[in-house]
Amino acid sequence: MGKTLAEKIIGAHNVDGETGVSAGDLVTVSVDVVMANDVTAPIAIDSFNAIGVENVFDRDRVMLVPSHFAPNKDIKSAEQTRTLTRFAEAQVLENRFQVGRAGIEHVVLPERGLVLPGDLIVGGDSHTCTYGALGAFSTGMGSTDIGFAMATGKTWLKVPETMKFVYQGERQQYVYSKDMILRTIGEITVDGALYRSMEFTGPSVAALNMSERFTMTNMVIEAGGKCGFIPFDDVTREYVEARATRPYTPFYADDDARYISVHEFDLSTMEPQVACPYSPDNVHPISQIRPEKVDQVFIGSCTNGRFEDMAIVADILQRTGREFSPDVRVMIIPGSQAVYLDMLRQGWAELFTMAGAAVSTSTCGPCLGGHMGVLAGDEVCVSTSNRNFRGRMGHRDARVFLANPAVAAASAIMGRLAHPAEL
Amino acid sequence: MKLEGKVWKYGDNIDTDVIIPARYLVTTDPKTLAAHCMEDLDTAFAGEVEPGDIIVGGRNFGCGSSREHAPISIKGAGVSCIIAESFARIFFRNAINIGLPILESPEAVEDAQKGDVLSVDLVTGTITNQRTGKTYQASPYPPFVLGIINAGGLVPYTRRELGIEIKR
Repeated sequence: MGKTLAEKIIGAHNVDGETGVSAGDLVTVSVDVVMANDVTAPIAIDSFNAIGVENVFDRDRVMLVPSHFAPNKDIKSAEQTRTLTRFAEAQVLENRFQVGRAGIEHVVLPERGLVLPGDLIVGGDSHTCTYGALGAFSTGMGSTDIGFAMATGKTWLKVPETMKFVYQGERQQYVYSKDMILRTIGEITVDGALYRSMEFTGPSVAALNMSERFTMTNMVIEAGGKCGFIPFDDVTREYVEARATRPYTPFYADDDARYISVHEFDLSTMEPQVACPYSPDNVHPISQIRPEKVDQVFIGSCTNGRFEDMAIVADILQRTGREFSPDVRVMIIPGSQAVYLDMLRQGWAELFTMAGAAVSTSTCGPCLGGHMGVLAGDEVCVSTSNRNFRGRMGHRDARVFLANPAVAAASAIMGRLAHPAEL
Repeated sequence: MKLEGKVWKYGDNIDTDVIIPARYLVTTDPKTLAAHCMEDLDTAFAGEVEPGDIIVGGRNFGCGSSREHAPISIKGAGVSCIIAESFARIFFRNAINIGLPILESPEAVEDAQKGDVLSVDLVTGTITNQRTGKTYQASPYPPFVLGIINAGGLVPYTRRELGIEIKR
């Protein structure tokens, strides 16, 4: 019987040396990268200190990224970041992620070639599954698990069953990978992939650029998934070759790998999808949603805060010559300072600002109701982020609609939920 | 180890954003977090929960963010145990790692009502509803996970594995 990507990569990292692991096996594995952010690192550092070892397992492989409340929003968040920074200094960590030079971990780590195909990565953030777009096994964990991994370079895992998702058919205009993953979560629901791996395949996935691939694997956790994969190919190779900070080994699923289920999607009839309040699986085609007035639009996050996402927004503004509605607060926040710099170089920071958007330095900020755009009780927001649970972006009664960057931009222009083709 | 407490019953897909909203993630103090536990879902919970009480949830309890603050806030509120149909995987690990007992039993969840008193035997995994007198058997933990629970959480487990004496 052949092996899935999860089985192969976990097997290759099994500390027992037995590479032939199968779904259901409990194994202890070595990790290639351990990551935490300003919310999760303080508890992970406490756990690390309580374990009582002196040094992290590898100072090149532990990465602490201030992102959620960055730049520090208040004294308490500043103290959390200080805990992270002092620890990084004391442990002489090789990679630093200073405000002004970094951004959201899930944008920055791939960008810098710090996470690579074939890696086994654990991160103190649920969206650590993002790096699966590189063909890495990558999963989110809580802080105590991260403290353990920082101390030992190891973690324990149950090898997951794998669900296969096959996408074909030509995409319609304004349909992106965000719509593919939203539609998928809508079909299988928020616990449809619980404890499982999701392999995304088919010609429509092979045709995606890396930015769109990260968007897809980013939202695996929204279906309850442990990890997601997009198979390593020439697109991955080209992206990684330009950045890799060390050698890497790609893995491939076997043709006769065992999948617990196979799900097929035809893109030729798919229109832009929107996840309505209060769950990422409450997904409907945009034509079936009431075009409500919106108070805020947020374009950014680890889901859709990359250069190509900003290019979609810039293209719509340039082609239509429109500006954003004066009745809408439009927050455009790049996922990293590298993306911000590219926006400046392209003239997009000026374009967005002239159109009426607040353009800021990189932060997770509004996605988690942290800062930079918190919602009031009766407000409606269209967001390119990943979650719309009650209270996620502010008040418990605020309503968040998750969408792709083109729908977000069109809604910001029209002042209501809108299909970009309406412009 | 035996527990007894009154039931707070919630539905499916209770996410970590409602267990502890991100606006409170500027502290790691269990008591401070506990004061806001569940407030976007049930404003009565934090004020009325009593030591030993038991949260009963449906499917996929604890989905969403990896924030360990979620089980920390529940444990800080004095909750002795969570019983659900199923748990989101990061939440499951976090609860085990910090020593918050969690049990899976769809049958016990279905029958439990708010205010029922449940008795739980963590050694045998049995749950008894004192109102109905019915007893349920929760799914057993994998042996490896049981090792972490028996050690009192992942930190003491790791110290033992690494041969580090526990400082008192």
